[in-house]
Amino acid sequence: MKTQNQRAWLFVTPVLLLVAFNALIPMMTVVNYSVQETFGDNLFFWQGLDWFEQVLRSERFHNALGRQFLFTFLILIIEVPLGVAIALAMPRKGPWVPVCLVTMALPMLIPWNVVGAMWNIFTLPDIGLLGYFLNHTLGLSYDMTQDPIAAWVTIVVMDVWHWTSLVVLLAYAGLVSIPNAYYQAAEIDAASRWAVFRYIQLPKMKTVLTIAILLRFMDSFNIYTEPFVLTGGGPGNSTTLLSIDLVKIALGQFDLGPAAAMSLIYFAITLLASWLFYTLMTMNDNKT
Amino acid sequence: MAQIKLSNLRHSYTPDPKDDADYALKKIDLTWDDGGAYALLGPSGCGKSTLLNIISGLLVPSEGQILFDGKDVTALPPARRNIAQVFQFPVIYDTMSVYDNLAFPLRNRGRDEDLVRKRVTSIAEMLEVSDMLSTRAANLSPDNKQKISMGRGLVREDVNVVMFDEPLTVIDPHLKWKLRSKLKELHLRVKATMIYVTHDQTEALTFADQVVVMQEGEVVQIGSPVDLFERPAHTFVGHFIGSPGMNVLPCDVSDGAAFFAGERIALEGPAGVSGNGSAEIGIRPEFVSVSESGSGLAATVRKVADIGRHKVVEAVAHDRRIHAILEGEAPGAGETVNLQFMQSQTRLYKDGWLVSRPGEAA
Repeated sequence: MKTQNQRAWLFVTPVLLLVAFNALIPMMTVVNYSVQETFGDNLFFWQGLDWFEQVLRSERFHNALGRQFLFTFLILIIEVPLGVAIALAMPRKGPWVPVCLVTMALPMLIPWNVVGAMWNIFTLPDIGLLGYFLNHTLGLSYDMTQDPIAAWVTIVVMDVWHWTSLVVLLAYAGLVSIPNAYYQAAEIDAASRWAVFRYIQLPKMKTVLTIAILLRFMDSFNIYTEPFVLTGGGPGNSTTLLSIDLVKIALGQFDLGPAAAMSLIYFAITLLASWLFYTLMTMNDNKT
Repeated sequence: MAQIKLSNLRHSYTPDPKDDADYALKKIDLTWDDGGAYALLGPSGCGKSTLLNIISGLLVPSEGQILFDGKDVTALPPARRNIAQVFQFPVIYDTMSVYDNLAFPLRNRGRDEDLVRKRVTSIAEMLEVSDMLSTRAANLSPDNKQKISMGRGLVREDVNVVMFDEPLTVIDPHLKWKLRSKLKELHLRVKATMIYVTHDQTEALTFADQVVVMQEGEVVQIGSPVDLFERPAHTFVGHFIGSPGMNVLPCDVSDGAAFFAGERIALEGPAGVSGNGSAEIGIRPEFVSVSESGSGLAATVRKVADIGRHKVVEAVAHDRRIHAILEGEAPGAGETVNLQFMQSQTRLYKDGWLVSRPGEAA
């Protein structure tokens, strides 16, 4: 007979309380807003799923979502291969290891708004180092405050500069954990450089890369501060990503209902994409 | 298949070695005959893995040459030496099936699929893994993974030598025995030269026809398991092989006879050299007998360990521990006994090296 003991609940209560206060309760207030309309004075009117319908049908939301997916897609397609390539090129031992690691870690230590401000000044067409160089030395026409393409290039390059290191460090950790015998065996088996990468390094990095991609997906999908400081969503709406649009609706227009509905949809998309990706990546792990 | 000759081999991991202590391998001259089953035995850090990596080409020696059938391969990379090596921990390609793992070394060398299929099937059969060929290699148990690593070494039809670097370290004890006899069987079937590196004497003595014993970067003795047991060329071999190891007692030599704490000990034969240097008597516990009266070396029994088939008696004479292995009755702890050494098995060592020769008693 198993002894029935409910005392375990007592021990998980603190965690439940913590999660309740920092996630569940704030989230429920958002749910609350998303199904009601308010005109202030704490007066609420039941609205059902109208806000959700409105958001899902709105072209503005579709555009912001499209820009968001494009942004995330671009930075993943650049940062992941680039990060792996840099990790492969980094020395495994010797005095250069700490130098490389610290250099790699530096961009990640800079606060987001500082990164945005740095890149803003750096790329201003007439006074920024890069902006001036591109326009006046190379004679290109580059102005991220006027030209949507230039603005997009700038936010993507900024994110690559800021976050490729995360992929590098995780991939590097995966690489150094591969025992030397694997490389020696591959050498004896006459494996090519590509085969070593494909059959030894990549499989051994799979777990850390899964985590790296997940983190980069979530962070880039929810990114706000850097593009907000750099371009403010412009020129026009060309770099208005989902989060920037959401803040405009919630705090600019003070449309709490639609903003709440949009938040929940936003959250659901992030969650769904992460879950799908993780499930796909780990699906084959236990297959025979 | 080839005869492998190591000539004047020295290796140091430091860029500019000054004295012998800087060398991981001091001076190795060795010939491995084609088709032999060798074991390379020695304690951890004695240079056996270094030697192995030099033969396989993973390391380039500081000095000396490696010859395969008289051809100098010192500068050739592993892939061009046509050797195989099995490592301490199983190396398998996780994402491939067992079949693809076994086929990998052949496919990399551009063999056609018909040959690949033939070789893989026959090796899988030998290793008894035929039913796992389509399994993903990552899901195998450690012993099967190690079998696949071995299989990758054996799958090529013409390897010069297959080297095993302590391959049973991660294998459960009850499977070790099985894999060991499997290896022996494989050697008889594929007839390739095999070198088996280990620090475990049982593994070495059961696998090999010839055992090479190494210590601190030097080869101390090469011989059959019986040679190593009966006539250790160095006290180190005496210690290292056998359980418990050889009794080694300091002695004085005068007039060709050995004296331990003033008592004359009869040797197997005349000592080869005389002169200065520390002399020691070596006698295996198997050849020490114990009696409660009569002649012999007086000693006090300190403890008796019953290890099943026989008993190990630890006695102390003149502050030196002497082990004896006895069948049947053994004296109790604290008793005073007399130890007799079998004369034909009593050897004399000088500076560690064997100097006595069998013959007329000295």
